[in-house]
This record gives sequence, structure tokens and C-alpha cells, in this order.
Amino acid sequence: MLTNNKKIWIIWFISTAMIAMFFGYKIFSDNEDKTVFLPGSTSHGHYQIELACSACHTDSFADESDIQKACTNCHAEELKLVDDSHPKSKFTDPRNADRVAKLDARQCVTCHTEHKPEITGDMGVTVPEDVCVVCHKDIAEDRPSHKGMEFNTCASAGCHNFHDNNALYEDFLLKHAGEKDILDVQVKSNTDIHKRISFIRTYPINEYPLKKLTLSDKDSPESIKVDQNIIEQWSSTAHAKSGVNCTACHSEKDKNSEMTWSNKPSEKKCGSCHDIELKKFKESKHGMRIAQGLSPMQPELARLQMKSSAHRKSLTCNTCHRDHTFDVVRAAVDSCLQCHDDKHSQSFKDSPHFKLWYEEVVRGEKDKKGVSCASCHMPRIEKSFPGGNKHIIVQHNQNENLRPNEKMIRSVCMNCHGLEFSIDALADRDLIDSNFLGKPSEHIKSIDMAVERVKQNNK
Amino acid sequence: MKLKNVMSSVVIGLGAASVLTACGGGTETKGGISPQTMADSLHMVMASDRAVYTKLIVNRLVKDEKVIKASEHWKDDKALVLPAQMFRYGAEMVAEKGANFNYSLLSEWPINSQNSPKTEVEKTGLKFIAANPGKNYYSEEKLGDKTYFTAIYADTGIAPACVSCHNDHKDSPRTDFKLGDVMGGVVIRIPVES
Repeated sequence: MLTNNKKIWIIWFISTAMIAMFFGYKIFSDNEDKTVFLPGSTSHGHYQIELACSACHTDSFADESDIQKACTNCHAEELKLVDDSHPKSKFTDPRNADRVAKLDARQCVTCHTEHKPEITGDMGVTVPEDVCVVCHKDIAEDRPSHKGMEFNTCASAGCHNFHDNNALYEDFLLKHAGEKDILDVQVKSNTDIHKRISFIRTYPINEYPLKKLTLSDKDSPESIKVDQNIIEQWSSTAHAKSGVNCTACHSEKDKNSEMTWSNKPSEKKCGSCHDIELKKFKESKHGMRIAQGLSPMQPELARLQMKSSAHRKSLTCNTCHRDHTFDVVRAAVDSCLQCHDDKHSQSFKDSPHFKLWYEEVVRGEKDKKGVSCASCHMPRIEKSFPGGNKHIIVQHNQNENLRPNEKMIRSVCMNCHGLEFSIDALADRDLIDSNFLGKPSEHIKSIDMAVERVKQNNK
Repeated sequence: MKLKNVMSSVVIGLGAASVLTACGGGTETKGGISPQTMADSLHMVMASDRAVYTKLIVNRLVKDEKVIKASEHWKDDKALVLPAQMFRYGAEMVAEKGANFNYSLLSEWPINSQNSPKTEVEKTGLKFIAANPGKNYYSEEKLGDKTYFTAIYADTGIAPACVSCHNDHKDSPRTDFKLGDVMGGVVIRIPVES
């Protein structure tokens, strides 16, 4: 006969073992929901992938350098591209040891701690707003114009960013001082993908040479019934005009490396020709879940306001581009507005930008001044390829120029607007909400200060 | 004072092995070479590369041949990188690779105030090299929790491009540099056991 004490011990042992098994299964099984292990929700940038723990916690016993490596795995290229104003090397310099003691900027997580929603601000920043003071408290000695400025206005007033100051550095301000609000529009047209093909390693040029295909050229197998509408849609696309036949997208290798028909090609198939576009898509809020092996993003998971009718859509290439039509005009506005429902999106069709877009697309205006959602959020940018070749591509990571929004100035705003107007407009939250209906209500004085300093120096 | 285990990779990496025997200064020890010898050797490579870039690339193409500009904003201006930037980018790349030594270019008259002397050794050293042409300054200093052997070498205006660029720059605190003047100093730091 067991004593009460023994019974309690046995119950305790069994309960502990069951709890351990429950959590053990959850943590080690790839398919289990790991929400229970989250110590706090993550920032705007990471919440979509917060259940892919190993994206950041690469090792069970990861130390600071492993975590840092996880940050740079995704963000190093971006920082290099924008000439990071505070690179790590600045802080590994021994002469800055006193500064590192106060703010260890060698590690991203010093300023961007995750799982701390209560202290997380814009751009996932978790240090107080006066962080700049740690190193720049004497700035007024160098720049008398900065005397008396509030300690928290360096990065919040449209003047400086910690990492990206490409559109804000003093000589750039001086170079563009005095520009008009609206400039002559700089139209950037996509480089025809035919010119890029030799730079796309995986392009199946031998199987699908560049030649125009017609309805009768379709190569879907006899055994596959294809709707006539689909064939007609395909025949009017750039795909048909470029020799991209049905099997180019619809064939996948099976386990025996035999090509078999696939009704729903994956985004990987799109990437075999549209490699840069897919890479950037997977870096974006639209595709970052796919990049981590999670299910595609759905609007219902978003923190931004989305239309309830779109909550269950899964974001892949075809969600915006529509299979078989691949209508880039639709992808530039209507695809965005089928999901996005925040104030800025709701206001778009009343905006002067949309009016220009309507005139270009619907009325066929020739001067191509139209501004779609994609013009700003998936801009056309110049990219260098080997041999001095430069091509214009559509940048499919809409986050890349969005936060902080001054990143948009050079790649987007200045194609049509002066620098001063652009800085003012992006600093005006209400104007952003109304989708730039009207003029900026406040003026950011950074250009004035730069001009004044030169005047004083020349006296 | 013992040099930490940095020599082999540093010397091989810079291709400076042959220089080590030629530069003199410092005492060679059985387990390696002294920090001063290492710093002098590193500086010899740095100063030579810097002189080559300044004279054969920048001064020749900008001042003599007038075929291209050199600009602080070289990417935007599609221009040559300035010699000081070339030096700093090299220092940053070395730091990124995790080298166990560090170097920088400082001045009592810097265009960017972040490059003015900050530690006592830097302040004393930069004054010393300006006042004693041809001499280097060596010292030890503790920064954070590490002790460093710090060597400071004069950086002189070796080409007209150096002098005119600094004299004409809107942020330059000194505008009367002449060819051959000490314009700043190269600071090399090597961690040592205190």
C-alpha cells in the first residue's frame, strides 16, 4: 500500500514528465505552433516570422555574435547599399571604447531589442529618443544653428537618420537647395527583360528561345484540359511574345527528375526568369514568410489595416500579377488596393498622384507622369550588372525605401519633386494619410541651415 | 610586454614580411617581433600605398591630366575616392575582418571633427610629430578594458591635391597648408598585455 507521500511524488513525477514532453514536442517539431515560447511579441519588422524562431536564434546556445550574424544575414547588404552612417567598424575602433561602454552599437540588438513591445518605437528602436546625445551632445559647438534644439529631435524632425542619410547629408542639401516643388518628370522605363537574360543564370533560353508565340504554339500536353480563355489570355501577354510557353511555368521536376505538369507552379518557378524580382519579394513584408519556410503571408495576419474581403488571400507572385494575364497596370494599383485599407491607401484615388496615373493609363497621356502605388513603393531603380551594364528593374521589396521614409526621397520623390518639398512632405503625417492631397503644413529647416552655414563661412 | 598572437596573419596579409627586416626600430624577440616593429612595418605599407594612390592616381588624373574629379561624394559625383577616404575604407575593411590591430587618420585640423585627437596619447602624439619632423611618437594607453601600444606617424601633404583640397574645403579649420606640411597623423594601435 502506497503512502500518501509516495502517491504525491508519483503524481508530481508523471505531471512533470508530461509537461516536459508537451513542450519538448512543441519546440522540436517543425510543424508545431511555437507561440507559447514567445517571451513577448516582436517588432513591426519581424512579427510575421516570429514563429520561425531559428531565423534569429540560429543555435540553441547562440551568443551575441550568433545573434549579430542573424541580423546581418538579412540586413547587411541593405546597410552597405546606403553607406551606413554608423557602421560597426566605427565602434570597434578602440578610441571609441568610452562610447561603446555607454552604447554598444557594435550589436544591432543594443538599439533593436526584440520581444519588448512596451519599449519598441518606430523602426523597431528600443533605446530612448535621446540616444544621439551619448556621442553628439556637443554638436552646437560645431553647428551653432543646433543650439537649444530638443534632445529628441535629431531623428524625429526629418533631419537625420542613424543609418541612412543619403538624402540628408549637408552637401546633398546644398546641391539641391532652391529647387522648385515640382520638377520636370524623370521617366524611368524598365529595361526589356530580353536585355537582361544573359545575366539570369537560370533562364531557360535553350528550351524557350526568344520568339513570338501564337495560340497554335501552345505546348500543354494533350492530357491536360486547358480553358480556351486561359490560352487567349496567355497569347496576349509578354510571356507569349517572348517565347515563354505553357510548360515553361507549368512543368516541375518530379522525384525521378522527370518533367511533369504542375497546375500551380510555385514562386520558385517565376524566379527562374525573374530572379531579382523574386529575391526582393522574399525580402519584403509580402514574401518574408515564404523565405523562412512559413505559409505565405495573409492580410489577416497584418498589423496594418486590411480589407476584410481579402483576409484569407495568400500572397504569392500571382496574387498581384494574376496568372495568365500578368497585367502590370493592375499590379501597380488595383492589386495593392484589393488588400490595403489604411488611410493612406483609402485616400489614393482622390490624390493628385492617382489623377496623373488615370490620365496616363486610361486616357493614354503620352508624357507618362502617372504615379501608381508601385511608383513609390516598388520603384524602378537602376541596377549594375557585370561589364558596366546598367538596367532599370522594379524593386519588389516595398520595405526597402519605406522606413524611415526619407529613404524614399532619392529613389522616388526626386524623380518629380524638389528636395525641400520632398523632405517637408514626408515629415507631415497628415499629408501622408491624405495621400499628399495638398501641400506640406510645416517646413523642415535643414536646407536653410546648411545654406546659412555656408554664408557665414564665406563672410 | 608581449605582443598578442596577431603577427603571422597581419604580416602575411599585408605582404610586409620583407619590410620587417628592413625597417629597423624595436627589438625582435624569440616569440615574434615587438609591437613597435610591427607598427612601423604596418605604417610603411600603409604610407607607401597611400602615397601611390595620392600621387599616381588622384594628383596625376585630377591635377595634371584633368580627366576626372576626386570627390568626397564619389558615388554621387561618379568621381575618384579621396586619398583620405581610401585610407579610411581600408581601415574599416581591416576592422570588419576582425584584425587584432587598428589604425586611423587623425588631425589637429580635421575636416570632420570626429577625426580630431580624443585620447591624451593622441593629443600629445599629434603635437609631437608636428613639432619634431621625421620623428614618430610611441606610447601605451588603456582604452576600455584593454591596453594598447599606440604609434603615431606624421601624415604630410605630399601632392598639390592634398593641400588644395584641405585649404579649399568649407569645413577645414585650417586653410594655409603648404606642400610638405604635417597635416595630420596615422595612429596605429596594437593590443598588448599590460
